[in-house]
Formats: sequence, structure tokens, C-alpha cells
Amino acid sequence: MYFDSFSELLDMGGHGLYVWICYAIALAILLFNIVSPLLKTKQFFYHHYR
Amino acid sequence: MTKNWKMPKWFYQLGSPRWFYDISGKLLPGFSIAALLLLLVGVVWALAFAPADYQQGNSFRIIYIHVPAAILAQSCYIMMAIAGAISLIWKMKVADMVAKSCAPLGATIAVLALATGAIWGKPTWGAWWVWDARLTSMLILLFLYIGVYTLHTTVESEVNAGQAGAVLSLVGLVNIPIIKYSVEWWNTLHQPATFTVTEKPAMPSEMWVPLLIMVLGFYCFFAVSLMLRTRVEILHRERRSGWVQQLIEERQHVL
Repeated sequence: MYFDSFSELLDMGGHGLYVWICYAIALAILLFNIVSPLLKTKQFFYHHYR
Repeated sequence: MTKNWKMPKWFYQLGSPRWFYDISGKLLPGFSIAALLLLLVGVVWALAFAPADYQQGNSFRIIYIHVPAAILAQSCYIMMAIAGAISLIWKMKVADMVAKSCAPLGATIAVLALATGAIWGKPTWGAWWVWDARLTSMLILLFLYIGVYTLHTTVESEVNAGQAGAVLSLVGLVNIPIIKYSVEWWNTLHQPATFTVTEKPAMPSEMWVPLLIMVLGFYCFFAVSLMLRTRVEILHRERRSGWVQQLIEERQHVL
């Protein structure tokens, strides 16, 4: 590993906040683009349930 | 006299919603696993194992999100424009549905590229935003996506909506080379491209290999999300057809 400890990985030499926020936003946006169509598919079959 | 263009059989099969629904159902598991593995390996490598940049320090790790997002936002736009053109020329329904599905997907990825760029800009340039050619043309890309999405979702008639969206996305295609060459044509704070076809990357392999993995992971994710979105659109538009009715019935037996 590049870092010596877990706390150093979190801190990233002072840039931790910037880096981790970017990865969090990425996770949120990617998940949204998977979950949203899955929910719509579920809704489709639910609404056409007779 | 009109000349009849012969296209290969698979091209017309692509135009069949049912065929697209079936084939995408078979492709989804593979692409999902590939996306998950690539992104997982890429993220761990990027965050914990790749070296820090000697000038930018660890803020450099943002590149592993920023560059794949920026590349994907542009590829998705090109895909949307091509699909729009196909639906205009050949009146292919699936192409229109793909174009419609690209718009919200590309818009959110463009937001990701812009947001990570801003967050990276703060510690590196000392500013969240500058009105620079690269950043401005990327912002225009986002507005184009929003415009196409709005046309697709608010125009009453599906046919008119598709045509209007396709025309706008084709006109907006001119923005893609502007984004690409903006760093060469104008003085800019933004650094030039990391990957080019002709030259070896300037960074060491410990840096560009995880970046390449992330780019591939983003593309696989794109394939998964695009297929999922297009499938919903197909179900919705073909809801009265026999094969969708049959799918609904099959689902009921499972429930």
C-alpha cells in the first residue's frame, strides 16, 4: 500500500476531504443510474399487474 | 426513382425492440460483473496503491474519477447523436429509445466530470471554477444533454420528441471537437489529454494502468445502465404488444 496507516489513507496528506468527496459523488451518481431504471422496471410490472 | 439501400440483416434486427430486449437481457450479467470487478479493482488501486503526484500530492487521485467521467460523458454524447441520426434516417424505434436513454445518463456523468473537476481545481489551481475553454465547453455539453432530455420528455408526440432531440444532439456534436482541442487552441489552466492513440502516456505505468482500468469500468457501467434504461423504455412503449403482455403474465406467476 502507498500509505503507512489507515488514518493516513483517510487524510491523504491534507487532501482527504477533496478526494473522498469525489469518490462519494461518483458512487452516488453511478448507483443512481443503475437503481433508477431497476425501480422503473419494477414499477412497470407492478402497474400492469392485473 | 429512389435507390434502396441494402443494410445487413443484423442492422434491421437491431431495430426490433423485442430482439433488443432479448439480447440485452443476455448481455447484462456479463457486463455487470465486468463493471463491478473493474471498478472495484480500479478504486482500490487508485486510492490505496497508486503513487501520489510529486506536484499535486494525493489530490491527484481524483483523476481516476474525473478522466473516466469526462471521457464517458463525451462518448455517451456521440452515441446519443449517432442513435438520433439512425432514428431520423431509418425511423428505427430502438435507436430513438437508445438516444432518449443516453440523455439523462450522459447528463449525470457530465455533472460528475464537472464536480470532480471543480473539487480538484480548488487545491490545485486555488479556484473551484475558471471560465476557461475546456471547462466552458464541458458545461455546454451538460446544457446540451439537458436540452435533449427536456425535448425527449416534454414534447407531447413521441415521434416529434425523438426528431427534435436527434436534431439538437446532431447540431451539438460540433461541441465535441471543441472540448477535445480546447486545451490546444486556447491558453488554459487545464492539462492536456492523459491518453492519446499515438503516444505513450507521460505518467508512469503505476498511474496509468489503474486509470485505464477505471475507464474500462466506466464503459462497462455505461453499457449496463444504458441497456437497463432502454429496456424500461421498450417495455413502456411496447406495453400493448403480445410479447410484453406475455412477460407481464410470466412475472405474475413468479410473484
